[in-house]
Amino acid sequence: MGKLMKLLRKAFLLLLVTTPLLAFASGGEVKLESAPINPNDRISLQRGARTFVNYCMGCHSAAYMRYSRLTDLGLTEQQIKENLVLTGSKVGDTMTIAMQKGNAKEWFGAAPPDLSVIARSRGADWLYTYLRTFYKDDSRPTGWNNLAFDKVGMPHVLWQLQGIQVLKASEKENAHGHNKASSPALELVTPGQLSPKDYDLLVADLVNYLAYMGEPAKAARTQLGIIVLFFLTFMFALLLLLKQEYWKDVK
Amino acid sequence: MSTLTRLVDWVDDRFPLTRLWKEQWGDYIAPKNFNFWYYFGSLATLVLVIQIVSGIFLTMNYKPDAKLAFGSVEYIMRDVPWGWLIRYIHSTGASMFFVVVYLHMFRGLMYGSYRKPRELLWIFGMIIYLCLMAEAFLGYLLPWGQMSFWGAQVIVNLFSAVPFIGPDLSLWIRGDYVVSDATLNRFFAFHVIALPLVLLGLVAAHLMALHEVGSNNPDGIEIKKNKDPKTGLPLDGIPSHPYYTIKDLLGVSVFLIVFSAIIFFAPEMGGYFLEHNNFVPADPLKTPEHIAPVWYFTPYYAMLRAVPPLFGSQFPGVVVMGVAVLIFFLLPWLDKGKVKSIRYRGGIYKGWLAAFVISFVILGYLGVLPPTFGRTLLARVLTIIYFAFFILMPWYTKIDKTKPEPERVTR
Repeated sequence: MGKLMKLLRKAFLLLLVTTPLLAFASGGEVKLESAPINPNDRISLQRGARTFVNYCMGCHSAAYMRYSRLTDLGLTEQQIKENLVLTGSKVGDTMTIAMQKGNAKEWFGAAPPDLSVIARSRGADWLYTYLRTFYKDDSRPTGWNNLAFDKVGMPHVLWQLQGIQVLKASEKENAHGHNKASSPALELVTPGQLSPKDYDLLVADLVNYLAYMGEPAKAARTQLGIIVLFFLTFMFALLLLLKQEYWKDVK
Repeated sequence: MSTLTRLVDWVDDRFPLTRLWKEQWGDYIAPKNFNFWYYFGSLATLVLVIQIVSGIFLTMNYKPDAKLAFGSVEYIMRDVPWGWLIRYIHSTGASMFFVVVYLHMFRGLMYGSYRKPRELLWIFGMIIYLCLMAEAFLGYLLPWGQMSFWGAQVIVNLFSAVPFIGPDLSLWIRGDYVVSDATLNRFFAFHVIALPLVLLGLVAAHLMALHEVGSNNPDGIEIKKNKDPKTGLPLDGIPSHPYYTIKDLLGVSVFLIVFSAIIFFAPEMGGYFLEHNNFVPADPLKTPEHIAPVWYFTPYYAMLRAVPPLFGSQFPGVVVMGVAVLIFFLLPWLDKGKVKSIRYRGGIYKGWLAAFVISFVILGYLGVLPPTFGRTLLARVLTIIYFAFFILMPWYTKIDKTKPEPERVTR
């Protein structure tokens, strides 16, 4: 019977280990590209923050995020106030915007969502793919469509940087729903201010920042985690010795 | 006489402090052959305490208001000192509670811990499980994300499938025509005070019943049958304190390692402990494409979806789901086996238990996936196996070829 016991225990441990690997895909038809981001790269995060306040905050708030928190990225409050607070807010305020939800809904069909935790609901890979797969589509009210988000209400805010992409003729048939890869389906017809490589870098920085903003405590969390696990392992070792000592006389 | 001893004596003259300690733990004689599976009872108690303490701290900053709830959780995650840690402890604790309780229940199944004379102990345990499900369901609404909202909407709507009183019943539960601020407020009240009170009472009853009848063990034999003629104590028993105190602490340290690894390195657990869609604020006008409950409910959710509607009513599915949980209560009377422990059972019982566990796990997996024709078909087959395990039990446990139980416990 010891064998069955061992088998069950093994099965249980295996289950414990593999559970995180079973993460399910969040309903996209487009193959997502892995976002090349590094949460420890402060310069990248700072560049992302700059792009965020300059381009995103025209329409999107981050109402749970305080400007002052950006000191996490190695900035002083003075630097934040001078470079990143563009709305007249105080440095201790959250990143709110003046646009009214009702107006926004009328203009875009849906109010632009708050982006505080967008990286946690959508995932960095989705954001990275989304921000790079806008293409010109004259059937849409804004003139733009997106491979990762079909019939999206948002226009391509970064088009001057990226340039204009169109669907390749061969892909037009199965564009919506059956795409295998994202970028090969699109063709850059009008170059933008940035080269495709630089544009990808800009988006990566922005996504890096959005991922940070989704959970600012993440860095502290993993750092503390290592200390906690060390401590607990030490405690386990002590308790194991203690248990063996106590249980010596149990025959 | 030391001051402490005098103080204890003073209390003992007025309150049975020492007696309670001795009866409930200090002098409680437990079988000496507990194995790996016997850690999960004490761990469940630990998680209960963790949930209560972390919950108290969460309520200090959480706002049970449909307009503020989502934001207050993010406020806890960002602006409250150590708020993120408290929140992750609580959200991970919810899932780990079910992990521990499911393993604790499986232990009961393996070693026949529900059999006479422990029927009432088992029933208390099952009521705790029901309570825990309600507690988890109510708590899941509080972050007010899309999954909170739509999960609650789906589950409360199940009650409207009840014939005649259904629509009124679900209206009464919600306090509104849709899940709303009124629902959030009452769920908060039930989650933070009503059910925890019931849970604590039930856990006390569960423990008192255990210490009254004595623990089962992996051999499924009664240690009280072999007593030392001199002391009158079971030969195969040891005092809980210090033996199981120290052994359970060892279990606690291992549990805390796993628990902390999740909290600090994977608090979302790939979307299973904290669902991705729950980071989108609740929107009553936007139904998510795919609504999945948290993993611990998914076996029952899969059963609910597997049962075809009758005359356009979901009621049969709701009944199947309810009975799937309640049928556990009957176990002590369904099992007619000559022996309690899986160690001495025959192949038939082992086969059925394995089939049951596999069905439960696969149903759980199907419950997180969107239904397709093939998956629904598979869920139907597995639901039948799940119920067959219980319904056929009186028969297959009777004809099962068991081995003789030993006189004394084995290692």
